[in-house]
Amino acid sequence: MNSPVKTLNPAAECMPREEIRQLQLRRLKNTLSLVADKVPCYQSKFKDSGFHPGDLQSLEDLHQLPFTTKEDLRLNYPYGMFAVPLRDVVRIHSSSGTTGKPTVVGYTKEDIKVWTELVARFMTAGGVTAEDIVHIAFGYGLFTGAFGLHYGSEAIGASVIPMSGGNTDKQLMIMQDYCSSVLVCTPSYGLTLADRMEKQGIDPRSLSLRVGLFGAEPWSEQMRVELEQRLGIIATDNYGLSEIMGPGVAGECLFKQGMHFAEDHFYPEIIDPDTGVVLPEGSVGELVITSLTKQAFPMIRYRTRDITRLNYAPCECGRTLARMEKTRGRSDDMLIIKGVNVFPTQIEEVLFKIKGAEPHYQLIVERKNNRDSLEVQVEVNEHIFFDEMKQQRQFVVQVEKRLAAVLGVSANVKLVEPGSVKRHEGKAVRVIDRRES
Amino acid sequence: MKVEQISIFIENKSGRLAEVTGILGENGINIRALSLADTSDFGILRLIVDDSKKALKVLKEQKFTVSITQVIGVAVPDSPGGLSSILRTLDQHNVNVEYMYAFVERSGDNAVIIFRFDDVDEAIAALTQSGVKILPGHKITSI
Repeated sequence: MNSPVKTLNPAAECMPREEIRQLQLRRLKNTLSLVADKVPCYQSKFKDSGFHPGDLQSLEDLHQLPFTTKEDLRLNYPYGMFAVPLRDVVRIHSSSGTTGKPTVVGYTKEDIKVWTELVARFMTAGGVTAEDIVHIAFGYGLFTGAFGLHYGSEAIGASVIPMSGGNTDKQLMIMQDYCSSVLVCTPSYGLTLADRMEKQGIDPRSLSLRVGLFGAEPWSEQMRVELEQRLGIIATDNYGLSEIMGPGVAGECLFKQGMHFAEDHFYPEIIDPDTGVVLPEGSVGELVITSLTKQAFPMIRYRTRDITRLNYAPCECGRTLARMEKTRGRSDDMLIIKGVNVFPTQIEEVLFKIKGAEPHYQLIVERKNNRDSLEVQVEVNEHIFFDEMKQQRQFVVQVEKRLAAVLGVSANVKLVEPGSVKRHEGKAVRVIDRRES
Repeated sequence: MKVEQISIFIENKSGRLAEVTGILGENGINIRALSLADTSDFGILRLIVDDSKKALKVLKEQKFTVSITQVIGVAVPDSPGGLSSILRTLDQHNVNVEYMYAFVERSGDNAVIIFRFDDVDEAIAALTQSGVKILPGHKITSI
């Protein structure tokens, strides 16, 4: 029988729930003693909360421990949270930080092995096999997306095209000529490719494309329908964040009923983002993750700020791992623009540094022709007003350049009159997100 | 010798120019000369008025971003080549003109050119030396 359901590691992915919990508890104990021994930030967190790793009797005991936040990572920049010496680290990645400095994460050889397997798991679950030619259109670099999927593809035995981002026409040429069968990119870039194909009169059915693995930004079910119809593919979602590992933390199977969460390597909790209280099974709240096997960069109760829900019922595919719903939003003000994490505070810093006088600003995020665009409206004040047009325009160009350098995405700066930025009960509305998702 | 010019930031959208001139009119402020530099998003409106202090105050009250710049006004004979000789003089003295605009005096004998220089004092020296007539500030604001 040739079942459509393929599972890379059935022993782990279809483990009975009670066994998952036992495995999690055993691995959690190891992780806690590792960080208590090696990471000063956790040593003081444990001390402050009067917790001894030896006290842990059940998974629920973890609730007594304080959370780890992006602020902790910032304070320990760059290597302060590493639990192994740098000589044991074989890879470094990073993601954008809330204020200027990025977050640095490291991996040992073993960490890369686990990461590779977890990516290979969701790729297999999404229909990728050794026969496939995987076209990776994520940018290669510090961002975890491209490398994660690259290693996972190779582990499956598929052929990888490390295309990287941008240059849409070339992407299409390679897709046609090299017979790419799997597309890996952000969902919005998937739609950009579909638009370009339409414009050039390329029939997606004339391509070899059959599977799309989309991640790095939230997307809706309508977008899935559009991607599947316009590209002639099966589209699945996957989830990850560099602070935890990168892609592979969770991923959908072909039943598309939620993303299977790699519970044998990560312990998820759903909390009330305002009170920090752990919510009962099935509640919607903020996802908090504790790593269970990571060596270089273990994380205890890391607040992802992603709002979602977990479903512990076994899936039709046979997997028992909890399924995570598509993220519904953020519990902070982070924006994901073209797959890049952007915090309004980063923009504030840039504006502040340029003139020392913090102007009122507002971010307008839109999706035009399936491309995200960011406009930064800045209220002009005496400090940034020049009587000469040349200087005024230079100012705009200067701000745009610095924003691009700090954010990693381009932004259009628009100068507006004082009072233009809408205030709500005296507070300026910082972000207007007009994208539907 | 210098004239106070007020510059106002305005967004490039309908009605803004009318708003500014309306405020000035309501406060009995008379516009003597004006120029507008604009881009697709915004513009810089430069005005010479009969009471720049008052104009600055009332516009700021209405939340406009306003600044005061020192410019100079030069009387140029209203005949062909009048402006050209002044510009040549400035060029010979290596004085840069940031921008300029012109209007004709009520009598019609002279054109008045408003100049914005990067170095006003140097420009005044160069022009005076070459015998160009620089108009006193009060003469321009009371035209």
